[in-house]
Amino acid sequence: MAMTGVLRPGHIALRVLDMDSALQHYTEVLGLSETGRDSQGRIYLKAWDEADHHSVVLRQADSAGMDYLGWKVDSDQTLERLAAELEASPLATETSWIAADEQPRCGRRFRFTVPTGHVMELFAQKDIVGCATGYQNPDPWPDDLRGMAPSRFDHCLLYGDDLDGSAKLFIDILGFNLTEQIVADGGKLQIAAFLACSNKAHDVAFIRQPVKNRLHHASFQLGSWNEVLRAADIISKRKVPLDLGPTRHGITRGETIYFFDPSGNRNEVFSGGYIWYPDKPTITWTDDQLGPAIFYHDRKLNEAFLSVST
Amino acid sequence: MGHAITLGVGGPRFHCPEGQNVLQGMLLRGRSGIPVGCRGGGCGVCKVRVLDGRFSTGTMSAACLSADEREAGVALACKLFPETDLRLAVVGKISRVLERSPGLFLFYGGAAGAADNPSREE
Repeated sequence: MAMTGVLRPGHIALRVLDMDSALQHYTEVLGLSETGRDSQGRIYLKAWDEADHHSVVLRQADSAGMDYLGWKVDSDQTLERLAAELEASPLATETSWIAADEQPRCGRRFRFTVPTGHVMELFAQKDIVGCATGYQNPDPWPDDLRGMAPSRFDHCLLYGDDLDGSAKLFIDILGFNLTEQIVADGGKLQIAAFLACSNKAHDVAFIRQPVKNRLHHASFQLGSWNEVLRAADIISKRKVPLDLGPTRHGITRGETIYFFDPSGNRNEVFSGGYIWYPDKPTITWTDDQLGPAIFYHDRKLNEAFLSVST
Repeated sequence: MGHAITLGVGGPRFHCPEGQNVLQGMLLRGRSGIPVGCRGGGCGVCKVRVLDGRFSTGTMSAACLSADEREAGVALACKLFPETDLRLAVVGKISRVLERSPGLFLFYGGAAGAADNPSREE
C-alpha cells in the first residue's frame, strides 16, 4: 500500500508545571532539541531524525497532562476532506480551525475532540527544518547527541471512557487499522485498542477507563535494546523518577522503559516492535493474560503503571 | 537533622532527611505506606492530609488538589517539605488492579488522588 491520508503523529502538546525543569528534562535527559519559542511562552522541540520544525510543544500550566495530539496528513486536500467528514460525524465534537502560525512554522490545523475527551488536530503543512544529519550522503547519526536521543516522537497511550467511539472515529473516518486489542468477557468487551495509520505496531492506543482526556504516556523511538539500557543508566544518573523497565511488552513486542518528566507526565523510550502491513491479522490479548501482554518478562500487572496518569 | 513523619495514629513512622520531600524520605528508608506515583506533583496518588506539624510545598497540579483541599492541609507527599515533625493521614491510593463491574472492565478503580477521577471507597 502507498501510505496516504493520515501519515503520523506530528506533535504532542504537553502541559508542564514548571518550564525550566521541563525544558531541562526534554533537552538534556530525553535529548530533544529546542527549535523555537512563541509569544505565549510555549517551547517547541524536535528529535534529531525528524524533519519537521517540531514534534513536542511544552506549555506551562497549573496542571500536567496533554493539551492535544496533532496528526500530519499527506495534503491540503486530505485535510479538507477529513475535516468535512469529522464535521459531519457525531463522533467528533468541538470542531474548529486553528489559523496557520498559531503554532510557529505550522500551517492551519483542524481541531476536534474524540469521544474519550482527547483533543486531536490534523494539519498538512509544517516547515521542514531537516534532520540533524541532512539528506545528502548523510552519516547514520549526528555527533552532538545528548541524553537518550530518540530519533522521533512515536506514539501515545491515552485513557478514556468511550473507547468504542474513539476507536470507531480513528478507524472509520481517519483510516487507522486495529493492530492489537485486549478483550474481556470472552471477547465481548474491548478494553484496549492499538491503532496504526502507518506500518508501525501503533501510532496511538486507547485504554478503556472511567475518565476523560487522560494521558498515560508519550513515547519516543530508540534504535536498539542497548539504547534502552543506556536510557536506564541516564535515568539513574540524572535521578529521574523511574516507573518501570527496562523490559519487553507482549503487546507490540516493544523493548521499553518508562519514566516521568518533572511534572509527572509519563514518558517512554522504546525500540523494536514489528512492521505492520494491512493484511496482517489483528492480534488479540485476553484479559486472563494481561500480565505477559503488558510486561512479558515478569508476567505481572503493575498497579502504579496502570493507575498513574496525568 | 530532619524530621519524624508518622502516618496515622500510631502508624508507620520514618525519618525524613533535611531538604527531602516526604515521599523521597519514605523511599530512601525503604519504607512504604504512601502510594508512589509520578513523583512530580502531577498525578496525585501520593495525596496526604497533614494532621499535625508545619510544612511548605512545591508546585502541585491543580487537577489533583482543589483550593479547599490546600486550605485543609492536604498536599502531595512528593511536594511536601516538613519544617517540623509531621503526622499525616494518607488520602491517595493506587486501587486494586483488575476490577470489574457489569459492562465495564477496569484496569483500576481510579486513582483517588486525581480530582477528575471518580472517587471510590474501599
